[in-house]
Amino acid sequence: MYLQDLIFELQRFWADHGCVIEQPVDVEVGAGTFHPATFLRVLGPEPWNAAFAQFCRRPGDGRYGENPNRLGAYYQFQVGLKPSPPDVQDLYLASLRRIGLDPAAHDLRFVEDDWESPTLGAWGLGWEVWADGMEVTQFTYFQQAGGIDLLPVTAELTYGVERIAMYLQNVDSIFDIKWDKNVTYGQIRHPWEVEYSHFHFEETDAAFYFGLFERYEAECHRLLKRGLTLPAYEHCMKSSHAFNLLDARGAISVTERARFIGRVRAMARACAEAYVRSRAKLGFPLLTGDDRAKAAAAFAAAEEGGVNAAALAAARAVSPLATEVARGQ
Amino acid sequence: MASDLLFELGTEEIPSRMLARALAELPALAKARLDAARLTYGEVTALGTPRRLALVVRGLADRQPDLDERVVGPPIGAAFAADGTVTKAGLGFAAKNGVDPATLEKAEVPGKKGLYVVATRHVAGQPTLAVLPALLTDLIGAIPWPKSMRWGWREVGFVRPLHWLVALFGGEVVPVRFAGVAAGRATRGHRFLAPGAIDLTGAADYVEVLRPAFVIVDPVARRRMIAAELGRLAAETGCVVRPDDDLLDEVTGLCEYPVGIAGSFDRAFLEVPEEALVLTMRTHQRYFALEEGGRLAPRFATIAATVTKDAAIVRAGNERVLAARLSDARFFFAEDCKKDLGALRAKLDDVVFQAKLGDAKSTGDKVRRIVGIVDALADHVGFDRRVAGRAAELCKSDLLTGVVGELPELQGVMGKHYAARQLAADPAWADAAAAVGDAIAEHYMPRGAGAALPASLEGAVVGVADRIDTLVGCFGTGLEPTGSADPYGLRRAANAILAINLDLGKGGERHATLGAGRGFPIKLDTLIEIAAHQFAGKVEITDTDCGELHEFFRGRLRTVLIDRGLAGPDVDAALGAGFDDVCDARLRAEALAVVPPAAREVFKRIANILDDAHAKGIAISGEVKPAMFVADGNTEHRLWSAFQGVVDRLDAAQAGQAYRDMLAILVELQPTVAAFFDKGGVMVMDPDAGLRENRLSLLHRILAPFAAIADFRLASQGPAAPGLAAQGSAS
Repeated sequence: MYLQDLIFELQRFWADHGCVIEQPVDVEVGAGTFHPATFLRVLGPEPWNAAFAQFCRRPGDGRYGENPNRLGAYYQFQVGLKPSPPDVQDLYLASLRRIGLDPAAHDLRFVEDDWESPTLGAWGLGWEVWADGMEVTQFTYFQQAGGIDLLPVTAELTYGVERIAMYLQNVDSIFDIKWDKNVTYGQIRHPWEVEYSHFHFEETDAAFYFGLFERYEAECHRLLKRGLTLPAYEHCMKSSHAFNLLDARGAISVTERARFIGRVRAMARACAEAYVRSRAKLGFPLLTGDDRAKAAAAFAAAEEGGVNAAALAAARAVSPLATEVARGQ
Repeated sequence: MASDLLFELGTEEIPSRMLARALAELPALAKARLDAARLTYGEVTALGTPRRLALVVRGLADRQPDLDERVVGPPIGAAFAADGTVTKAGLGFAAKNGVDPATLEKAEVPGKKGLYVVATRHVAGQPTLAVLPALLTDLIGAIPWPKSMRWGWREVGFVRPLHWLVALFGGEVVPVRFAGVAAGRATRGHRFLAPGAIDLTGAADYVEVLRPAFVIVDPVARRRMIAAELGRLAAETGCVVRPDDDLLDEVTGLCEYPVGIAGSFDRAFLEVPEEALVLTMRTHQRYFALEEGGRLAPRFATIAATVTKDAAIVRAGNERVLAARLSDARFFFAEDCKKDLGALRAKLDDVVFQAKLGDAKSTGDKVRRIVGIVDALADHVGFDRRVAGRAAELCKSDLLTGVVGELPELQGVMGKHYAARQLAADPAWADAAAAVGDAIAEHYMPRGAGAALPASLEGAVVGVADRIDTLVGCFGTGLEPTGSADPYGLRRAANAILAINLDLGKGGERHATLGAGRGFPIKLDTLIEIAAHQFAGKVEITDTDCGELHEFFRGRLRTVLIDRGLAGPDVDAALGAGFDDVCDARLRAEALAVVPPAAREVFKRIANILDDAHAKGIAISGEVKPAMFVADGNTEHRLWSAFQGVVDRLDAAQAGQAYRDMLAILVELQPTVAAFFDKGGVMVMDPDAGLRENRLSLLHRILAPFAAIADFRLASQGPAAPGLAAQGSAS
């Protein structure tokens, strides 16, 4: 199966299961989780099911295109299911069958791997999914994002498409993956890996990116004050990328590192809180019928106790389990 | 009448180590709840796999026994009127407890004054089936998970999402619910091999019903099956599986149905140090290493969790993953081999060891201090300065290598390989390359309580220097352990210093093997002083800090010696006479075993009398004047001459640290000393100052040689022996 077909199949599969097929975010990110379709949409009471492929930059992981298994950037195919459906594991396994990883032929396992993103103030519990000993997916039940407790909980599935493709195509180097019948992954991406490794490890102008970090950060906070949550979050992403570049360049000492991560986290938290407020103001438009008004009213009533408490109150107001909870079960 | 209970929770995959802990604790948690519910039961077992947790209770009573329960009410003054009739309050109390007011009694209540009204309430036993729903719900909530999670809209937490419950008591479904799941009798088989529902009848055939559904629910049986699979793979490959019990435990928690598969990797990877290969296979892939002819073979064994159509596909997949991992390890190793350890050392100045140390916070600073300590130790401990000094300089450089970055557990081990390679290529160091490498690896040893000690003296010296530096730095900046919290591992560090001293010092297991002039001990006070001196001008280490650390060592040494089987009072008494030389303290504590209780008491009495005199400000010259022996029955004279008769033997024994011989003499002296104090004996605190001083001096002289062995005030063997906290500082 060609790499692009792998992505087509996953998109088709998840579209058939009710997901919006989003497009990648047009800002540099280190993981699909940074995509507003994940980081922001997991917040608050609104349901959301989406899938997208995302180009993810990991400057420090680059190897000048010389290591067959390591890249400075790669693709994640990410699925977010909110609320996490009861049969999410079965759905996921069905998606693997769809791309040719049949449990009758392969040893598929869910191996503990808790996930945490200190820069996003986010964590979750779940597994890395192994196919014959190879990690093919990160499977996480999001518990918190931007410091906000998540209700309902989102299941996030992150497929490592290159690894799966290497496996399915029986090639030993990422660069030998067939993108389609004519073009290889290496033909498309190898020059990027070579040039960006030079850029990341040798040429990144630290002073320039330190300056950018500061300005993006200031802009993020300024835009938040102006009530422009989505542009503010974009500057949070840009700061985070500037930090990743500086980190890969070795320009940040160990102690400074923790401080920079704390600064990105502060932006992410502020954006997350502003986002939930803005959704409440809009009346949580992805809810249906009178749930919108119920959630917005519950949010407003609880807002004095902070966004976290208000978001939980809004969710409880529209939870389908509300009657069950009332019966003490 | 009794029946069996089966309770199964079906979940998404529970992490292996969490499953093991839950299985270990579940029976006790269940028994506590059954006891509280007055239900008798037979055998209680916990079974489980990653996808299910099961409790089996054999012979569980069908109902609770009736209970007559005494309930205390108000004081009798409130419950009974003056004429003895029951008041309104008394009637209310009776009604609340459902008893006839005529049956109310008056009784004393422990801890309260006066009489109270007491009702005896009859509680009819409930059928077990009625008790179980609440009991089992409570039990689920009590299972200890290090982390719980929420899912969907559900706010109740559990280790992973719950999918089904089976609760059967004597064949009947117990109506229990948890997290929106109602119990029934349907379980499920293996996720892929038998995914359908399977109705269970009860506990009796639970294990057998699941077996054909590819679920080996008994973890002990599953572990045995994995061991058998590994045995099969060993036979097939002609190799030996390297034993790894922890990995076996972990893998047991990663499958419902184990299937062993052996694979191989390119022999060329064996150029990478085998520790890195084995750890890569183990931590990333949970593979077992195989050996041929005692050496690592280019093979591995993995336990798949399902039966597949063609094992070759699974094998090939695993081999591909491992090849990628190992080529990564080889890449890092090759890159690391190009790095100069001295240059890496310079970069340690940018790595924070302990932020609170301010100007001395970097790992580079720490290395400089270790070098300084090792240098100073040469005046006290016999070791090869050249080797230990070089090892000290390079001991932390591997923290900045790629392999250790990927596999932090290999710190020290990789340092050994890199140093040995680099120094072997240096004509000035080639002769000592292996020794320096070994010392670098060994300076982290022992890696835990009871773990192997450093084989070389030089590794031991660098390790002691590293740890005393951490201890002094932390005590100097208020980071000492509090309660059970010990985030910097200071107890472990102190224990390691003591274990090394006891091993390589006089009387230690390996002291004699070291050769003349080589070996520990270093006195603890000197060690602390040397380490504190390294901070001079950067961090202020006060005498109080050093004193606290010194007392910390007393507590650790006490624990270490008692763990090695010495008696608490012997240890306390020996440490009370000093513990800076820990080997000497051990010898003294061991020797005290020969002293019987009566002899301890009589010498304790001497120590107390001298203490009192000291407290009263009475000066004791220590000069004994036989001319002033005036007591009846010649008791003073007899004691003094008995002592004079042993004094030469005592001196000789003390010079040779022959404490057992000295204490045998103490035991010899005991009757004479006892006679001195016995009825009709001598009154030490005589009103005549001259006589008093002479008698005190006599006692002082007799106690002195033994006081160097032990503080006899702490040597009592009675149950009321004083605890450590009551002793204060005696050194």
